Amino acid sequence: MAIILDHVSHAYEKGTAMQVMALDDISFIIPDGQFIGLIGHTGSGKSTLVQHLNGLLAPTSGNIYCDGKDIHDEDYPKKELRSRVGLVFQYPEHQLFEVDVFKDVCFGPKNLGLPPKEVELRAYEALKLVGIEDEYFYQSPFDLSGGQKRRVAIAGVLAMKPQVLILDEPTAGLDPKGRDEILQQIASLKKKTGMTVILVSHSMEDVAEYVERLIVMNHGRVLFDDTPGAVFAHYEELEKIGLAAPQVTYIMHELNKAGFAVRTDVTTIDEARDEILRLVRA
Amino acid sequence: MRYYVLCGRDDSFCRDENMIREITLGQYYQADSVIHRMDPRTKIVGTLVFIVSLFLVKNMVGYAVAAVFLASVILISKVPFKYMVKGMKAIVLLLLITILFNMFLTPGETLVSVWKLRITKEGVRQAVFMALRLSFLIIGSSLMTLTTTPNNLTDGLEKLLKPLRLFRVPVHEIAMIMSIALRFIPILLDETDKIMKAQLARGADFESGNLIKKAKSMVPILVPLFISAFRRANDLAMAMEARCYRGGEHRTKMKPLSYRRQDLAAYLTLAVFVTVIVFTRRVVLPFSF
Amino acid sequence: MSMIKADRVAFEYIRRDEEGNVEGITRAVDDVNLDIAKGEFIAILGHNGSGKSTLAKHMNAILYPTEGTVWVDGKDTADEKALWDIRQNAGMVFQNPDNQIIGQIVEEDVGFGPENMGVPTKEIWERVEESLKAVGMYEYRKSSPNKLSGGQKQRVSIAGVIAMHPQCIILDEPTAMLDPSGRKEVLRAVRALNDVEKITVILITHYMEEVIHADRVFVMDKGRIEMQGTPKEIFSEVERLKSLRLDVPQVTLLAHELQKKGLPLPKGILTKEELIQEMTRLYGSGK
Repeated sequence: MAIILDHVSHAYEKGTAMQVMALDDISFIIPDGQFIGLIGHTGSGKSTLVQHLNGLLAPTSGNIYCDGKDIHDEDYPKKELRSRVGLVFQYPEHQLFEVDVFKDVCFGPKNLGLPPKEVELRAYEALKLVGIEDEYFYQSPFDLSGGQKRRVAIAGVLAMKPQVLILDEPTAGLDPKGRDEILQQIASLKKKTGMTVILVSHSMEDVAEYVERLIVMNHGRVLFDDTPGAVFAHYEELEKIGLAAPQVTYIMHELNKAGFAVRTDVTTIDEARDEILRLVRA
Repeated sequence: MRYYVLCGRDDSFCRDENMIREITLGQYYQADSVIHRMDPRTKIVGTLVFIVSLFLVKNMVGYAVAAVFLASVILISKVPFKYMVKGMKAIVLLLLITILFNMFLTPGETLVSVWKLRITKEGVRQAVFMALRLSFLIIGSSLMTLTTTPNNLTDGLEKLLKPLRLFRVPVHEIAMIMSIALRFIPILLDETDKIMKAQLARGADFESGNLIKKAKSMVPILVPLFISAFRRANDLAMAMEARCYRGGEHRTKMKPLSYRRQDLAAYLTLAVFVTVIVFTRRVVLPFSF
Repeated sequence: MSMIKADRVAFEYIRRDEEGNVEGITRAVDDVNLDIAKGEFIAILGHNGSGKSTLAKHMNAILYPTEGTVWVDGKDTADEKALWDIRQNAGMVFQNPDNQIIGQIVEEDVGFGPENMGVPTKEIWERVEESLKAVGMYEYRKSSPNKLSGGQKQRVSIAGVIAMHPQCIILDEPTAMLDPSGRKEVLRAVRALNDVEKITVILITHYMEEVIHADRVFVMDKGRIEMQGTPKEIFSEVERLKSLRLDVPQVTLLAHELQKKGLPLPKGILTKEELIQEMTRLYGSGK
């Protein structure tokens, strides 16, 4: 399901002296099955942007099309849109409310008006997809560990079988292992289901590792939209807006400056290792 | 300090850019004026006296005096008049009902009669008076909250109510609770907004269905909200203890309240105002207002 | 003299199910021995649930050990008479920036601690000013905390603690909820306190980059101190850290990967400068 943003702007407190352009004339296409990273410092408009993609916020000007239809047309089925574009908010575990894990995951599909059998089937599948074992199904979600809670919350969105999954900082507050686990889970999910994944993140290292396309936002505008390697080549401009390239990219730049003829468009540890080994062994 | 209120109706959440919008009743407006610098106790007492005096007013002359007084205070306060009016928005409905009730339901000399309803001369008079009284009351109290930070306000209340401690009323604790509530209301409302959006993203429907269904649809918002509020309360209690908080005893104040010359002047002005208002009760106007 | 000393400290709590029946006992802190000297910068690492926050809460008498003893500046935390001295002396900053700011104006929040301690009004103002300046938040003294960024809020919280003039400050994952620039701001403020004001710092975190400047690092797992040493020593053991659900900075990881492939790099490289130096030493420049 392709999403097209056509000159989308969003102003808060429109028409007052306090008017803030949270989004300023944004146009891009999200084709089927891409793994996209969305970065930008706090207040750059990325949260506002993702809330536009499933219709929680409406642009103050411009249009958003899903499969060729304007999502803000009167007759556009909003609920269906929300099931097709799943949005996992930051700290999603704060939205858990049911008495047990399984019921909580059922909430989404039940809202879609599906038959009970289908609801349960989807909940089961979703919990399996995020790696929650059967023994936890009938526990209170509040008794789980932080990482487990978060995965249950993600399952709650997956159970709606979205074609596009947006995750707003899914690793916030987790420990390093927990961060890796969640990201690997997302990557494998992406592989299994072929859905589009949009990962909103603060961690350059993470997006470099996983995404194929990177969108950088600043002051409500798209600053860069390219492969991670190409985006991180602009590390000096990124620094100016309070961002940075992954540490490993800097290492390669420094090595290069020190006279080692290594490539500098490297963004992951594995790439860097191979590149250095190539040079050393040559 | 921002205050928010949930806007209830509206089936097009998505059209509305903010599910939560701002209202002004109780919003502090930063400015440098004598009124802002005044001791909060003066402003609290002043507002109370002003409100009471409104109920002493018997005729148009009294309202005119009150209007002049209010207008001068607003001018001195340097708060733009539109902020006062913003506060009025919240009570427009109440105002309308009051006007209509008074206009139609006061017995007396008929001016116009529509169907079974009669508008009486006394009714119009009552309606105008009530409307003025209510508006002055709201403007007067908004003026207090617009020129006093909530913290200052609680400080003032704490000190004014101090004598109640003799009757074992936990005045300090009440004031502390109030100021914490003031600090957390915007945070919790923000949070409500977030949770609401998150559940909407899971296909929740807060609009359709009858009252019972609607009430049930609030569960996915209220449960997380309560859990979060408890978690915050827990954290906050710990943070306060870690910073040596142990109730009102042994406590000093960073901003102790003290009356200054301007407060004395304010009390004197107030006394003059009340005297004038009481005096206006005796004025007999040549016409019936 | 030691700032904080823990001797065979354990902390247990009873888990109960919904009916209040005892389900079991959790030993959140287990046989911990620590001796932190005045002026040190200590980092405590550990995955979520490793017991590091529970341990931290023992350091200013929010929790008391069920076994063993904790001393803060020579005072036993179990001694009720010393409670307020201990809390004043060992200030604490918590994780959630919103849940620890009490005042509605920045300066009033910073004054909260001194007010509780009964500091005279004039001195409160002096302390508030110097504390806000120390964390670079003086120009925001009249702002509402709700209008600040996460990093700014945490700096206000730190100012609120230093206004109590503690000798030691314990930061319990102060950066966990912040974005990278907020994390940097907070860390810079914390390091300045240690360098300039000589305040003992105990930083609890699971961000590895925040640890490299510490004098000593403790790594916790299952309530115990599993590893301790200088950052260099700790980060030399990449595999061990990974098995404890932790990580190492990217430079360290890259060096480790290269080592595994046979490059004779030393262990525990913490900065990119070190790596480049070593590479140049090994292969000369211009290879």
